[in-house]
Amino acid sequence: MAHISLPDETLPGIVGLFNFRPETAVPLQLLAETLLRGESPLTSGERELIAAYVSHLNDCHFCHTSHASAAMAHLKCDLALIDDIKHGFQEIAITPKLHALLNIAAKVQKSGRQVTEEDVAAARTHGADDRAIHDTVLIAAAFCMFNRYVDGLGTWAPLENEAYREMGKRMAFTGYVRNVNETAN
Amino acid sequence: MPHIPLPGHLPGITGLLEYSQESAQPIRMLTQLLLRGPSTLTPGERELIATIVSHQNECRFCTAAHTAAADLLLGDTETCNIMKQDIDAAPVSNKMKALLKIAQLVQVSGKAVTSESIAEAKHHGATDLEIHDTVLIAALFSLYNRYVDGMATVAPTDPDFYKGLGERLVSNGYNRLPNGYDHLK
Repeated sequence: MAHISLPDETLPGIVGLFNFRPETAVPLQLLAETLLRGESPLTSGERELIAAYVSHLNDCHFCHTSHASAAMAHLKCDLALIDDIKHGFQEIAITPKLHALLNIAAKVQKSGRQVTEEDVAAARTHGADDRAIHDTVLIAAAFCMFNRYVDGLGTWAPLENEAYREMGKRMAFTGYVRNVNETAN
Repeated sequence: MPHIPLPGHLPGITGLLEYSQESAQPIRMLTQLLLRGPSTLTPGERELIATIVSHQNECRFCTAAHTAAADLLLGDTETCNIMKQDIDAAPVSNKMKALLKIAQLVQVSGKAVTSESIAEAKHHGATDLEIHDTVLIAALFSLYNRYVDGMATVAPTDPDFYKGLGERLVSNGYNRLPNGYDHLK
């Protein structure tokens, strides 16, 4: 049970919190939409992998599995590959550039102060530009927020990867700004 | 020196928010709502939450900026000073002490928040909404601190800079200035 009384306890993770406080849900959803589906030199699949990886490092099961599922949907990979994110990308084919950016994201997860000039130079060597470096740092920082929000209020999360299949597809292809989409439909 | 070229007249977070205005918009909206929107916590109390998290993350820019805002809003400099050393000794309500301790746990990890820390806040009269907002403010500053330091932005050493910034945060809040920041050049 969550640390606070949510109007609908059946809604998992951040969904239950959006429902508790719709005012804060609006900018939070817009931020996710902008960072993960807005303009960027990184593909949405790459950005969802960064989100899923940071969420794994923060031990946030809901954010990790849902964003991993969104990444799999973008990359047209089977959900079985989700666990490869936890194992440090042995099977998922990632570019040296993304590898270097994931290293920066892992530093950000610990502390912004851990990111070194060498980390950034390594990413540049593999073709990351200013924008890619910026977007990586901000996505990693944003998931340090989302993860703390979800777990700090003690929300529940479905255990199995399979439970995140449809959610991931929705996040990948419909997006994060639910209300706008509902109105549009 | 920042990891990417940023406007020299806008140190800390401001340069980043101007560099990436599209992602800045929901971040600003969320901050304005949480720190200045309708709440049973005063703006000064909410700035204390921002300050304690930034302090624990050793983010010099954010700590100095939000200390300056809190000092102005509370009308003294002791509260922030003492809080950073020992929350229990700070001249704030027992409810605020309990909320600040929750914020401290969120800084560590969402998973670090215990049922006991929540029960303590509720025992001293904290509502679900106050607990929610405390966790989300602490989570939001976990984002800000990582964004500011992860991009290696400049933190001015001149105390007068933060005095001016604190005044701006009190009088204008967190929305982008309508005419931008060219007047600071």
